[in-house]
Parts: sequence; structure tokens; C-alpha cells
Amino acid sequence: MSSAAMQEYKSSLGDPASRRFGTFSYLPPMSAERIRAQVAYLLKRGWSPAIEHTAPQNAVGSYWTMWKLPLFGESSAEQVLAEAEACHRAHPDHVVRLIGYDNVRQTLGTAFTLPHA
Amino acid sequence: MAQPAAAGKYSAGVKDYRQAYWQPHYVVKDTDLLACFKITPQPGVPREEAAAAVAAESSTGTWTTVWTDLLTDLEYYKGRAYRIEDVPGDDTCFYAFIAYPIDLFEEGSVVNVFTSLVGNVFGFKAIRALRLEDVRFPIAYVMTCGGPPHGIQVERDKMDKYGRPLLGCTIKPKLGLSAKNYGRAVYEALRGGLDFTKDDENVNSQPFMRWRDRFSFVAEAIRKAEAETGERKGHYLNVTAPTPEEMYKRAAFAKELGMPIIMHDFLTGGFCANTGLANWCRENGVLLHIHRAMHAVIDRDRHHGIHFRVLVKALRLSGGDHLHTGTVVGKLEGDRQATLGWIDLLRERFVKEDRSRGIFFDQDWGSMPGAFAVASGGIHVWHMPALLAIFGDDAVFQFGGGTLGHPWGNAAGAAANRFALEACVEARNRGQDLEKEGKDILVAAARSSPELKAAMETWKEIKFEFDTVDTLDVARAAQEAA
Repeated sequence: MSSAAMQEYKSSLGDPASRRFGTFSYLPPMSAERIRAQVAYLLKRGWSPAIEHTAPQNAVGSYWTMWKLPLFGESSAEQVLAEAEACHRAHPDHVVRLIGYDNVRQTLGTAFTLPHA
Repeated sequence: MAQPAAAGKYSAGVKDYRQAYWQPHYVVKDTDLLACFKITPQPGVPREEAAAAVAAESSTGTWTTVWTDLLTDLEYYKGRAYRIEDVPGDDTCFYAFIAYPIDLFEEGSVVNVFTSLVGNVFGFKAIRALRLEDVRFPIAYVMTCGGPPHGIQVERDKMDKYGRPLLGCTIKPKLGLSAKNYGRAVYEALRGGLDFTKDDENVNSQPFMRWRDRFSFVAEAIRKAEAETGERKGHYLNVTAPTPEEMYKRAAFAKELGMPIIMHDFLTGGFCANTGLANWCRENGVLLHIHRAMHAVIDRDRHHGIHFRVLVKALRLSGGDHLHTGTVVGKLEGDRQATLGWIDLLRERFVKEDRSRGIFFDQDWGSMPGAFAVASGGIHVWHMPALLAIFGDDAVFQFGGGTLGHPWGNAAGAAANRFALEACVEARNRGQDLEKEGKDILVAAARSSPELKAAMETWKEIKFEFDTVDTLDVARAAQEAA
């Protein structure tokens, strides 16, 4: 049996931290190295990286705002992360996410938020 | 034009089946429906005769010649046995391959196909046991069926879930809760991080919880969990009912409540009801989860019945967006290689013949969508690395006790499931080997999640290690030889 004392699981309408966005939304913030590894995985799978952003209170629904166009043909994780950073600088109060368009299967291979560097 | 069946004079009586129905030189057509049966004949019945008898009885033949045979082109309409193979490691039986012309089957009717293929022939006296191992549905026939109402990609878009398997939980106790208490269990599991909760298959509309009350309270639970987490949530509302009329009534109310997904038991409900409901779901934009109660009655015996891979194909044709496929690792039967074979048949566009996975034919699904494989039954956080390695992303990991049995309750149990899953996905994408390093991945992740840590301590010792009863013939033969 569990040795730790019972805890309340906190989530509420009033707490913005209860809102979750994307593939890794329950994990603690990732190190720069681990984020880079996820971007590298996206590229290795042949997906097209694209950056989107929105004000947190508008994050519901299928569509966030596109940051420029998807980075078709991009092979450098650093370049992808630099674009995400540029998006953060232009919209400092917004949530920024990276998605991977899988054109073969007509879906997104992944979609996860990127913190301000 | 020469028509052997009609050419001669009519002579009444009983002929050997193999005269007409055994054709070892037959060249199969792209449009033929092909079946592989495992036949255990009665002592003294030659293989060719038994195979021909199965071909005859599952197509045009009956036990004696009838004069009306001569009014049609039986040479065209008959099924024929065209190949016989040994079953590895078992000389009591053999495989017979039978080809059927496409005209024998009504378009879009899984009902009709199975009435022929697994009808009277299974009670036939000349054979001791009979098992339908696999069926190749020609693409021309596949395209007459509706298939999954939405499919994997559309479901991902509707539910806004990408890059990982989905997580579900079947609400327990499976019978006896009131509608309001049931909704509470749903709300807790969803707010904690699951994507779906599920009615147990035997929850229909019992006196302690009528369906309309359940649907209403569950809808409230979903809305609240969605608002809190900002994520889309669903509950498989079971619309399996005593009559089709009642089934559609329940489905319509789920839609009225704005619920994204409903559920049906395709074997106890029947192929007719299932196909109709799948069509309804496609027209009404509601996802369809499929349970498989009764399958083990049909598919578990190695010598008699229908292999589960055939039931998978039947469901994909009839229609469903999710299908339970076993877990390999949990409390229920399921050989790993065989499971990999049938989850391919459920999800992929084209599946090649692969005897090591029990697949006897190439199967082309054309443009028919694939469905999510649902791994359910006795799973918990410790199984997560293996589940992800086996099933990949296009699956639903369906917990029960593995969420609800968490010492701090459903929400914490759900959070532990979600945390473990995301940690495994993150590690896999970084290149870690899930099956070798699974324990390390979970232990490291638990440092940031007290819920996961408590779950891992609770279920540390639970394992389900029994031999499977229905192992693949090739695997069993290899094992015995070793």
C-alpha cells in the first residue's frame, strides 16, 4: 500500500493552472535539451513543424493563430525553436505551441506548448 | 459455351463433394472472397473430401443433388476448396483455403457473409471441429461497406488529442451505482486527466440506474471536467438495448446532450444492429466505441469457432471507431504476435500476409478508415511502457481498477495514468527503449508526481502471468520443437 498520506487532487474552474494544452501538458516543464529532443523527433518523423499562439483564455477550439506559415522543409531543431522564440517575443502574453503536420496520415503527429526561453 | 454442371443429364443421388468442390488448380480471382478454415475431420474422411464439403455447405451445395441445380451456372456460383496445408505441430487438423465468387454475398452485409461462412457448415457431421481462421475480403466488397463512422484521424481532430494514445476508464462497480453517484465517478476520472470514461458493457438500463438518468448526469460531469481542464472529454454511453428502436432512441438522446461518443456491443447486439448504428453515427457525427462481449465464446478454442482476427475484420466492415483488442499484458487472454496482427487489421490501410502474426491473406482496405485499438482489462501504471511499445499511438488504454483503485481516488488515479503515459511518450520520442528502460522511466517520472508514486506503490506486485490458451499454431509448433 501507499506510504504517502492521502492528498487532494486540485483542479478548478477558477484556477488557470488547471487548463491543459497538448501532448505533454501533465509533465513538469522540460529542460531545453529535452525540448530539443522532442523537436528533433518531430523532424525525424518527417512531419512539418508549425507554430501557433493564442491568449490563454481563448485556447479552446481547434484553431489558434498561425505564426507565419508552417516551416516546410525545415531540418534544424534550432531554427524551429528560434521561430517559436520569435513568436513568444511578439506575443509575450500568449501560449505558444509547436505542432507537426503529418501530411501522409492527414493528422497532427504531435502538438505541445513551448515555454519562453 | 461449355457448362459442365448443366451439360449432363440429371441423375439424383449423393455424390462425393470433391467431384465438384475440390479444385486444386483453381486460380483465385481478385474479386473472390477467400477463407481459410482449420478443419478437424471425422476419422476416415479424406482431407480433400472434408475441405470440399466445407466449401459446398458454405456456398451452393446441399447433401444431395437436386434438379434445380441444372437451372443455374453452379460452376460459376460455387465456392471451391483450392488449397490444403498442414497445421504446424497438429496432425488432427489441416488448413483448407476456399474461394467464393463475390456474387454470393449481398453488398455491404456483414450479416450475409457470416450467415454463409459460419452457418450450417459448423454443425456438419463429417467434421469434428471447424474454425474460421481468416477471411480475405476483396477490395470490391470492402468498398460496399460503410466501415468506421469516423476513423482514427477524424476522432483525433474531433477530440483534439495528438501525439499519444488516448486514456480511458471503465466505471466500477460495474453494476449497482445510482446515476448521480455514477456521474461523480466520471467527473473525478475526467478532471484528473483521462480523455474518456466508459459504461461497463452490462450497464444498459437497469432498475437502479435508468439510461436517461445516467446520460444526463454523465453529460453534466463531462461539461464540468471540460471547463476545468480546457480539454475535450467523452464517456462511452452504452446504447446497447433490447431492440433497435430503443437503441436509436438512446443514441438520439446522447446526441441531443452534445455527447461526442456512444458505445455498442457488436456481438451480443448483432451485426445488423451494429451496422445500422454505425451508419447512424456517421450521419449524426457521433463517435462509436465497440465492446466485444461474447467474443471469447466464439474465438478461444483453437479447433472450433471463429478466430478473433476475423471478428476484427467483421467489425471494421460493419463499423466502429474503437474496438477492444486485448492488452497482451493484462488480465485477459492475448498472444502478443497474434494481437499485433489483428491491431494491424483494425488500423492499417493494407496488411500483408504474415503467418508469424497469424495473417493468412493480404488485406486491402482501400479508403476505409481505421479504428482505434482499445487495450482494456487489468492494466495499471506499471504496464504503461509495455502498452505504448506494443500498441503505439493509435490506441486507447482503458483502465478500470487501475484508475479507480488509486488510494487517493479517481482524480489522482487518472492523473497518475496520464502522467505515466506522457512520461513514456516523452522518453520514447527521445529514443529510450520502453521495454528495457520502462521501470527507470516510471521511477524518474514519479519524482515529479506524488499521484504516480502512490499508484506505483499500490500496484507494484500485481502481475498476470498465465499461458495463453489460444496461441498461434506456428508459435506453438516452434515452442514444442525447442
